[in-house]
Formats: sequence, structure tokens, C-alpha cells
Amino acid sequence: MSEAIAKDSTPRALAVALTVAFICGLLVSVVAVQLRPIHKANIEAERIAQLELVLAALSDIGRAQSIENLEARIVVLASGDFDDNLDPATFDAEKAAARPATSVAIPADLDLAGLKRRALYAPVYLVRGSNQQVDLIILPVSGRGYQSTLRAWLVMDGDTQTVRALKFYQHGETPGVGARIEEPEWEAQWRDLRAFDDAGVLRIGVRLQAGGALSDDAEYQVDGISGATRTTQGVDGMMRFWLGEFGFAKFLQRLREEQF
Amino acid sequence: MQDNNWRILTRPLIDDNPLTLQILGICSALAVTTSLDTALLMSLVVVCVLAFGSGSVSLIRNHIPHSVRIIVQITIIATLVIVVDQVLQAYAFELSKRLSVFVGLIITNCIVLGRAESFAMHNGFVASTLDGIGNGLGYSLILVIVGAIREFFGKGSLLNVQILIPTSQGGSFEPLHLMLLPPSAFFIIGGIIWFIRRKRPQQVEKAEFTLRTREQEPK
Repeated sequence: MSEAIAKDSTPRALAVALTVAFICGLLVSVVAVQLRPIHKANIEAERIAQLELVLAALSDIGRAQSIENLEARIVVLASGDFDDNLDPATFDAEKAAARPATSVAIPADLDLAGLKRRALYAPVYLVRGSNQQVDLIILPVSGRGYQSTLRAWLVMDGDTQTVRALKFYQHGETPGVGARIEEPEWEAQWRDLRAFDDAGVLRIGVRLQAGGALSDDAEYQVDGISGATRTTQGVDGMMRFWLGEFGFAKFLQRLREEQF
Repeated sequence: MQDNNWRILTRPLIDDNPLTLQILGICSALAVTTSLDTALLMSLVVVCVLAFGSGSVSLIRNHIPHSVRIIVQITIIATLVIVVDQVLQAYAFELSKRLSVFVGLIITNCIVLGRAESFAMHNGFVASTLDGIGNGLGYSLILVIVGAIREFFGKGSLLNVQILIPTSQGGSFEPLHLMLLPPSAFFIIGGIIWFIRRKRPQQVEKAEFTLRTREQEPK
């Protein structure tokens, strides 16, 4: 080894560092790309399994306990109408939200969930009762948490006013802190929670400070998780965005008008 | 040579166990031992990372400049951990969710970096790989013992097979909920260390400082 490229010289150190970084980076990328389809399939299976859990927990209301019995429809979010030209089975909401042609930018003042863009369409599931009235409405919701995107199923009662359940199926929040949003005790708070007041104003949310229980909104709110302020703020924004004007409000209103 | 390799592989099991003698890797040992299946999976992952990590560091040890050696080692270890984590998420999705961040935290596990820095930087590929496997198995041995004790007394089951029927289901076994909390792992690991040092007194450390008794008090 000549003196010029001695083992501890700076060029040598740089060269070794860059080579190691390159090889390691390549390895990680290849593995990540190769395994992505399997990861996606796992998450999809998890999504369905969580939905089935929600349905099982609500079996006293809904007739359809398995996912096959659900009525899957695609909703045009801007008008609240169904669009039956799209096949719900193959509709990829995440992909649709990422493409400019099938998504729309959310005005900054309305972007409570921190999503920046949302798809023009959304897949929804309906559970119908014996005389064809809608018993449960299952909506996919998502929002920015502390360090990940939270994705959940929001189950509304057929009256379109009451939340029946909220079940998170994907997030990357801090274990033991933000990740407590998927604990049964916390999720149970969302059972039978009124979302709108009698005037139809959206009041739902997450209480973030002590003493919040005394406010007027108390009956529309759940308790936040101490230590997980940013996550619970995210859940709060997510709920208010998706039940609000830019979310499913038009669809729920339309469903309400059709039913009564 | 054969004898020497065998010693490298088996020494870390009891005589030079990373957990009970060097007291390294305690954090993950507390976190993943609430049940036997997570302890087994974690053990497998750590053995893989240690074996491949020490092996690859050893292969390029003569090319690693002294000034950047720790960063190079950490890069290699981190790569292996990410790859293993990705594989787990693909093929053992349920278990990987329960291990959550602790697979990723193997990157900072002192055992892995410790073996790379103290052994693999100075020894050949075969010896380093064996040393990695040996240390991984030493860690695994303690993890499996702790995991089995905690799951058995905490839930009355082993590998999720119910052995004792808890009182809540009409049986006569009252689950020890303390066993499912991190402090119980401290007690169990402490007990194992005490047991090993009783059998192998040479592992007992000399006290570095003793309190003065009243008689030694200067007058």
C-alpha cells in the first residue's frame, strides 16, 4: 500500500464510506421494492380484518356480518352522489388521491386533516336492514397524525348523525403513546357519539385539555390521550374534515334526504 | 482450530454471556419477553443480524479506516436490521406488529455493535461469524427463559397454548399480572445472573468500593 492512499487518509475514508453507503443503500432499496406487493397485501388483509371486527362488534345493529354482504358503492364527494360507473372492488383510493387527474387540492383553511389532496371519489360500504333502510354507513377516513398518516374506518349509524365506531387499521404512531388510539378502551369512546347537533352543525371532536368536559361540546367529544397531543389533534382534525363540507357531509345529507 | 471455533461459538452461552455477564441488551430483553413467541422471533432476528453483521464487518475489516469505523459498522448493522424488518413485515406481519419498534432498535443494541467493534474488527470471517452466532444464541437463551417464565406465570400459557386455566375462565390459576410488566423481567434476569454466578463464582465482580465500617472510622 503506497503512502498516498494510506488506510487512514481522508480520501480513503471517504471512498470506503461512500462505497459502504452505496452498497447498503442499494440492498435496502432492492429489498423494499421487492417486498412492497406483499406489504400491501398484508395491509389490505389487515384493513378487511379490522372492518370485520367492527362489524362483529356491531352485529346487534347490522344484518351483514361478513364483508361479502356489504353493499360497496363509490361516492362522488363533491356532490354526494353515487357513481356506479366505477367498480368499488378495484378502486384504489390512495392512488386516486395521489394523481392530479383524480384528486383535488384541499383549500388550506379546510385542510384540518393535513392531507393536502383528496380523491374525487371515495368507496363507502352500506349495511342495509330487513326493509332495505340503511343501518350502517362505513366510511374510510384518514389524516395526518404525529409522525404518520392515520387510516381508519368510521362507522356511522343509518340516521347519519351518530358515530357508531372508529377503528384504526393503519398508523405509525409512537408505541405506548400515540398508538393507544387503537386500544379498545379508547376506541370504545366513539361508540354512539353524536356528531351533529340538532341544527345540523358539526360538533364532533377530541377534548384536549382538562376541564374541557364542562364545555358545551362535551356530549360530542371524546377524551384525548395524555402525552399524545399531536396524535389526538390529528384524530380530531381527521374527524372534522371527513364529516365536514369537503368530506362526506354532502353524501350524508343526501342519504338523509333519501331516507326520510 | 476446530476446538477454538467451538469455543468461540459456545463461550458466549454461559461463560461470557452478553446479557448476564456483560449486562448488554437489557432494554430489548425487557420489552419483547412478555410471551415466548415474540422472544423466539426476536432471538432469531438478533442471531441473524449478529452473524451477518460480524461476518461482513470482518470481511472488510482491513479496508475500514480507523476514523470512520464505527459509522461503517453502524451502516452495515442498520442495513441488515432494515432488511430483516422488511422481511418480517412481509412474512410474519402479526408478530412483527407485536415486536413493533424493537426490531428497528436492534440497530442500537450494544451487543451487535460491541461484537463488531471488539471481535470482528480483529478476527477472520469464520471466527467472527461464529462469534456473532454464539453471542446471538447467548442472548436468545436468556430471552427464551425469561419469555417462557413470563408467559407461563403471566398468562398460564406457552406459545399461546393454554396450560393453566385462569380463574376468569373457571380454572384455579390466578395470573400474575406483574409478570407481563417490564419490572418482572428485571427480577428474572437478576435471578438468572445470581444463579449463574453462584455456579460460576469466577464471574462475580470484585467490589470496586466498600463502605467504611464504624471501626475503620478515623479517630
